Amino acid sequence: MRSLTRHIHLNQEAPIVEIRGLSYAVSGRSIFDGLDMVIPRGRVTAVMGPSGTGKTTLLRLITGQVRADSGSIQVAGEDMRTLRRAGLYTLRRRMGMLFQNGALLTDLNVFENVAFPLREHTDLPERLIRQLVLMKLQAVGLRGAAELAPSELSGGMSRRVALARAIVMDPEILIYDEPFVGLDPISLGVILRLIRRLNDALGLTSIVVSHDVQEISTVADNVFLLSGGKVVARGTPQELRSYPSEIVRQFVGGLADGPVPFHFPAPDYFTELLSRRE
Amino acid sequence: MNVIKELWRSLIDALVGLGAVVRFLLRLVMLTPSALLRFDLIVAQIFNAGALSLVIIMLSGLFVGMVLGLQGFQLLQRFGSEESLGVAAAIGLVKELGPVVTALLFAGRAGTALASELGLMRATDQLSAMEMMAVDPIKRVVVPRFLGGVIAMPLLAAIFSLIGIYGAQLIGVQIMHVDSGSFWSQMRAGVGLGDINEGIVKSCIFGVACSLIAVWEGYYAVPTAAGVGRATTRTVVTSAVVVLFLDYLLTAAFL
Repeated sequence: MRSLTRHIHLNQEAPIVEIRGLSYAVSGRSIFDGLDMVIPRGRVTAVMGPSGTGKTTLLRLITGQVRADSGSIQVAGEDMRTLRRAGLYTLRRRMGMLFQNGALLTDLNVFENVAFPLREHTDLPERLIRQLVLMKLQAVGLRGAAELAPSELSGGMSRRVALARAIVMDPEILIYDEPFVGLDPISLGVILRLIRRLNDALGLTSIVVSHDVQEISTVADNVFLLSGGKVVARGTPQELRSYPSEIVRQFVGGLADGPVPFHFPAPDYFTELLSRRE
Repeated sequence: MNVIKELWRSLIDALVGLGAVVRFLLRLVMLTPSALLRFDLIVAQIFNAGALSLVIIMLSGLFVGMVLGLQGFQLLQRFGSEESLGVAAAIGLVKELGPVVTALLFAGRAGTALASELGLMRATDQLSAMEMMAVDPIKRVVVPRFLGGVIAMPLLAAIFSLIGIYGAQLIGVQIMHVDSGSFWSQMRAGVGLGDINEGIVKSCIFGVACSLIAVWEGYYAVPTAAGVGRATTRTVVTSAVVVLFLDYLLTAAFL
């Protein structure tokens, strides 16, 4: 009964990430210009878009690694504009992040990597730390690899260990940065299943940045498609497939040419070929 | 007084040029008290920077001492004062060669290891991952490595001097037949506490300089293969120049 009331309570709460009128530029080049995005609590939300649209930058803005030029970002009720370093670190304890290549600490073995946040932030007795770490490793299927060094793991395994490390502090938000890059179909299936299972079993909110349309469509509850610094489409994966927009059709269908041109801007082809310049 | 003023001014100029490095150092120092609570991390780094450099330090110390023994014997023999070999070698080692050569070797062995390790951690997102886990990488990774180097350096320099004196004795007493009694007694009479102090102060300061340069170059390395390589090279080059420059300043200050 208590868990039910908690569930209802959570659903009624404000969205976990709320971005309003976000603008951000790097060395004069505008990445986002008036971006609006509301990420609901308790769901798997995918952020998709062609390479170079600033998906990773968006994650860095949401996690406070960089600050926006203008606009507001609210994460779990905290305003990222005014949050100081200490507040930011407190907030980050409620977040887990999976980096593209796992980013495991190379001087620690798998067990110690997963135990790292616990050892840094808690005074738990060794026995409890062991149990917690083994539970999280079991959840990603790598309890047997606890004694291995990060260099002995395959790409998919590193990412699963990093996932275990990301959930060891029981975060509210779990952020995945391109979790499918360079994985074989089996590892990919494992990661996909973990994203869904962890989200539902641990009652957290997942934000997945990816450009793998087919893969992410199988697990995401809703999708934001970014292009040119704006949200060009939002909805469920099914809605996106029949979205009345050229850019969405190009992206979802994987077409080589369209609103995102095949050719990088260049002078006229024949003029350049026939010009005498060496 | 004028000399000191001049030195002070050049020191200030150098410090202004290295303003960012100094701010970084201040940050390291401010974080030191809390880092000392995790002494196991520092011990691991003392092992990395110190114990793993022992072989190269001891070998170099032995050879430098043996060369000092040969050269010193040749020179002193001309004035018929071979017995002073002990004090000459000891002063040379304790005040100059010990701290300086150890610092140069340290930069080459431990400094490059530190810089490339930190650079690679940056390049593989390990430092960002720590920040995302609400762990300050400067406090958790940089400060223990810095302190490990600072603590290891004077110990290494002491070992270097010790082995060096043994090397000089090996050549002077065992091979060139300098009288053993006068070798040691002249050394005991001629080397004062001030000389040893000078050596300790120098090696401590070189330890701070070399470790600081290594962690600075590594932490702010461009996160690419080429960037890490450049950081490693710059660690050695900058450390060597800074150590020799500081050695001049310190020697002058101790006069």
